[in-house]
Amino acid sequence: MQWLNVIIQGVLVGGLYAMFAAGLALIFGVMRLVNIAHGDLIVLAAYLALVATDALGINPLTAILIVAPVMGAIGYGLQRGLLNRTLGDDVLPPLLVTFGLSIIIQNALLELFTADSRRLAAGAIEVESFPLVEGVSIGVLPLLQFVAAVAVIGALQVLFYRTALGRAFRATSDDPAVAQLMGLDNRHVFALAMALSLAVVAVAGVLLAIRTNFDPAIGPARLIFGFEAVIIGGLGSLWGTFAGGIILGVAQAIGAHINPGWQVLAGHLAFLIILALRPEGLFPKVQG
Amino acid sequence: MPEPLLEVRALDAHYQDFQALFGVSLEIAAGEVIAVIGANGAGKSTLLKSIAGVMRSRPDAIVFAGRPIGDWPAHAVVAQGIALVPEGRRLFPSLSVEENLLIGAQLRRPGPWNLKRVYDLFPILGERRRMPSTALSGGQQQMAAIGRALMSNPKLLLCDEISLGLAPIVIRDLCARLPSIVAEGSSVIVVEQDIVQALKAAKRVYCLQEGRVALTGLSTQLTREAVSAAYFGA
Repeated sequence: MQWLNVIIQGVLVGGLYAMFAAGLALIFGVMRLVNIAHGDLIVLAAYLALVATDALGINPLTAILIVAPVMGAIGYGLQRGLLNRTLGDDVLPPLLVTFGLSIIIQNALLELFTADSRRLAAGAIEVESFPLVEGVSIGVLPLLQFVAAVAVIGALQVLFYRTALGRAFRATSDDPAVAQLMGLDNRHVFALAMALSLAVVAVAGVLLAIRTNFDPAIGPARLIFGFEAVIIGGLGSLWGTFAGGIILGVAQAIGAHINPGWQVLAGHLAFLIILALRPEGLFPKVQG
Repeated sequence: MPEPLLEVRALDAHYQDFQALFGVSLEIAAGEVIAVIGANGAGKSTLLKSIAGVMRSRPDAIVFAGRPIGDWPAHAVVAQGIALVPEGRRLFPSLSVEENLLIGAQLRRPGPWNLKRVYDLFPILGERRRMPSTALSGGQQQMAAIGRALMSNPKLLLCDEISLGLAPIVIRDLCARLPSIVAEGSSVIVVEQDIVQALKAAKRVYCLQEGRVALTGLSTQLTREAVSAAYFGA
């Protein structure tokens, strides 16, 4: 029963990792851009929510409604103004530029908010829970995070496979040159993809910040979790990415249960094992 | 002669240091079909890429419906009504047949073409619309590529080597549909290495040789000797 509890908690946390990963997978899929600043953008979203809750006196969950569009706008601007210029045949410029961006965001946050640990206070919901069966109870907040992750991934899936925008994303991903011949302006399509990615990041960042303490330096570790979830899941589908997040969450929960110091290590080990056994991930892209 | 739909005026094109086109001029009227023929590397595809905006040129080197569009990007050129069927078909592999067609309609230009009309023209595409585009045969893929271009309701359709790699019977079948496309009001430029098909489909012919127009005239009046001299160089 104890192990069931551990696994359930791991699954719930995994939803958060899945959201980190979905944003990464989305922009990699559409424009082959590996965003090293992804983790720091998660933290930036958390600080934006902090400012919003302090200034307006609103609940952090309500603040998502403000932070998500703001992050989306930042993503659009970032892509149009900076990242589009780095895209080309060479994969190195976008890596270097987003790495630089990561450092800039960390230091700017440090300058503005100091290195103190912060947390978003969501009120009673933080500690509320209900018993599932004898010995296993589920926190309302972790459950909410999990449901949010399912909703976000499900919405992205529908957007990608059922809408004109999703069709444009997939076409541009397949063949950017021919997509231009269809009247799609790649710069705009890429910017929309980044906007969407950062809107997802905003949801993930706020939920993360309600759950744990954060400071300007925690971004890179979130980036690693996101990467690991993407690679475990393979690049075939968003649900694969979701599964990757869950597996990572469960591995970490099991590690933490054995020894609290092993939480992160266990996640990395699970990642390495899957990478060694199935380098293409669990749900790879099927080439037709 | 009425105002031409498209005028190419003394167009030069370069790939870095290599000059691919030297002062090429060409014009096409509304509702006309012309062919551009020439050997491999003569500059035929470069000419189409320049018209479609894939390669940028001097603004007034390409004038479409009275507008200089030589330096416009491809996505803006297609919005004006020029659609390119690219060499090698280049369907989007992760999209279904129907999604490939719908991408062509992205700009919502008004006109006669829609999914139903494209399926009327190429019934096999309608039967296979849910399939991934990669599951189609070469000829069917070419139909889908043409259909995709038509979905943008172009005033001018550019066809780059649509016969490439296809069986003669399939090529004849494709060429047989050309008149129904022209009947809907599109002008067509076909670029071909297959001279026989090109001369049959088009009223006028331009022959490119090493980046220059070597010969031009009505396809009925060109002799085999003149074409062959212009094609291979004398």
